[in-house]
Amino acid sequence: MLKRLKNPLKLACSALLLSSTAVMAAKQPLTIDIAYLQYQPDRPPALSNVLPEPEDAGLNGAELGIKDSNTTGRFLKQKYQLTSKLSADPEQIVAEARELYDNGQRLFVANMPSAQLQQLAEALGVDALIFNAGSQADELRTEVCLSNVLHTTPSRSMLTDALGQWLNAKRLKEWLLVTGNQPEDRAYATALKRTAKRFGAEIIEEKAWSFDTDLRRTAQSELPLFTQTDEYDVVVVADERGDFGEYLLYNTWYPRPIVGTQGLVPVTWHRVVEQWGAAQLQSRFDTLANRWMTGKDYAAWAGVRSIAEAVTQTKSNDAAILRSYILSDEFQLAAFKGRKLNYRDWSGQLRQPIPLIHPRALVSQSPQQGFLHPVTDLDTLGFDKPESRCRMQ
Amino acid sequence: MRFPNFIRTALPAALMAISASSYGAVAYVSNEKDDTLSVIDLNTMEVTDTIEVGQRPRGITLSRDMTKLYICASDSDTVQIMDLATHRIITELPSGEDPEQFALHPNDRHLYIANEDDALVTVVDTETQDVLAQIDVGVEPEGMAVSHNGKWAVNTSETTNMVHWIDTSTYELVDNTLIDQRPRHVEFNKDDSLLWASSEIGGTVSVIDVQSRQVIKKLTFELPGIHPDKVQPVGVKLTNDGKYAFVALGPANHVAVVDAKTYDVKDYLLVGRRVWHMAFNENESQLYTTNGVSGDISVVDVDKLKVTKSIKVGRYPWGVVVKP
Repeated sequence: MLKRLKNPLKLACSALLLSSTAVMAAKQPLTIDIAYLQYQPDRPPALSNVLPEPEDAGLNGAELGIKDSNTTGRFLKQKYQLTSKLSADPEQIVAEARELYDNGQRLFVANMPSAQLQQLAEALGVDALIFNAGSQADELRTEVCLSNVLHTTPSRSMLTDALGQWLNAKRLKEWLLVTGNQPEDRAYATALKRTAKRFGAEIIEEKAWSFDTDLRRTAQSELPLFTQTDEYDVVVVADERGDFGEYLLYNTWYPRPIVGTQGLVPVTWHRVVEQWGAAQLQSRFDTLANRWMTGKDYAAWAGVRSIAEAVTQTKSNDAAILRSYILSDEFQLAAFKGRKLNYRDWSGQLRQPIPLIHPRALVSQSPQQGFLHPVTDLDTLGFDKPESRCRMQ
Repeated sequence: MRFPNFIRTALPAALMAISASSYGAVAYVSNEKDDTLSVIDLNTMEVTDTIEVGQRPRGITLSRDMTKLYICASDSDTVQIMDLATHRIITELPSGEDPEQFALHPNDRHLYIANEDDALVTVVDTETQDVLAQIDVGVEPEGMAVSHNGKWAVNTSETTNMVHWIDTSTYELVDNTLIDQRPRHVEFNKDDSLLWASSEIGGTVSVIDVQSRQVIKKLTFELPGIHPDKVQPVGVKLTNDGKYAFVALGPANHVAVVDAKTYDVKDYLLVGRRVWHMAFNENESQLYTTNGVSGDISVVDVDKLKVTKSIKVGRYPWGVVVKP
């Protein structure tokens, strides 16, 4: 009965609503144009190709951010619009972004690797405001400082520190590190080594995975031998694209847990996160996209929501005003991670708790209890101010 | 997959029929993750019964004559009505999807329900079971309150960060007040001049002047040894004499005692883990809090401002009401 009633009623109500908001605020609606840019290089083939990442990871998150913001905007006479550009050609995506910029576009959410993001930041003026929802490169938070870029996706170090704190809390202090042969695997391994040093773990041996056999057939015989080293508490794996890491589980020489890019994984976001009202965000996303919300979706969503939150508070759509509000102490974002989030004013990184998950459940969330910091315990994750050259302000 | 309600409730209801009516004051607690209500005898302070209800029960409220209990069974997408004489579910109301909280109009008939997943407030006539209106509000509507004079229904939306003001005579949304991040609970004071609204992530409670619908005071909370981010106000209860406001601070595991006239925080009372909602007994000498993570109820002596007892209930207790 209700379903039938719903639509006419909804129509009637929104008509009422429109008439009443028109009376409330007679001023012109404020339009906020946001561009979503995605460069997706061709994915190299992976051995474990059972569950590929969705092609539109990121885009759907930005779309949900726009939808959520427009619901608020309806009451405040704000209208959020999304232009999206997706390309497999890095030059084309920068050219398209430049064209948007020349036509007055200033607010961007970018989902692309570090190199392309740097080109983009340079191609657009310093008065653009770009939210990085794609690259977890530590260099963007420490050495390569882009003054027109804020980062909603956590850095690799934030992820590995989140994991390192948990391993420390569990007294799993002797690690076997297994690294893939891709540049991003090496970057992840570098972050892991820094984490090990920070949290007092010992890497008893580092092994590079370079075999190119199809492990679906032979994991059982190859991997026990590969992981036969001095005894370790845990195997830490750096295999970002999921080439071989999935096959380490239950196949190691010693029966030990697997953590890192497979097994127990520190993530930006995952479907198993459902505390703090996240169940509602997840179900809105499921309805919109017909799939689970990924970390890239979350980061793109958080970029759009950061803009919207700043617009609501400053009543402005000017990128410079929004940037300075977002980097101020005033800014707070409710983003379903159990506490309010804000940005580091040196690197432009969104501070955030990191869920540690396995594919079917949330295991823990870092920062772990007892890891203290003079400013906020969230800054125990990733590069802190003295470790970074960047100064956004 | 699940048995119909009448089968599940018939047996315990029959057993309870006699004892239920012989109670003195009773508290009902909804257990979100057990799909049950715990019944606490407030004379003995013991759980005397556990009643199976719909899935994920959250908000609960009593009818004016205290004969019926309304239950938001969120995952069953319905509001159930329980006859308190028999503890039997007598009706399920068309509530819209995912009802979380609601408020009963003083006319004892119109129930204002926040539909969390649909960004709607649904108004249902509890007697005829008709849906009277559905009103578009912000993302994730949560808290609901109707003023004592029946003029206003207010709703908070968690992601839109607003208090929405609905005129109950027209079902029209007439104003919005922006408050801090993730608004949760709203509560009118006795003469309907002020509205108290909690912001869970913002960590504040806003006191709003009803006439102008502007925030006149923003309360903050500081507890030694507890990180400010863990101070997350949810439930708010005001004493009828206008003396105190009690604010449940969620994962800070404390209830703040606020002087309702000066807005000074007088004390913080340690209760169970993740404290969310509260209810007074009839003469307001005691306050009961639901503590989700520790799965219990804390009993606060309102005169002495001391926590006197905790009572184990089901998993993730959410709402609590007292039937005198």
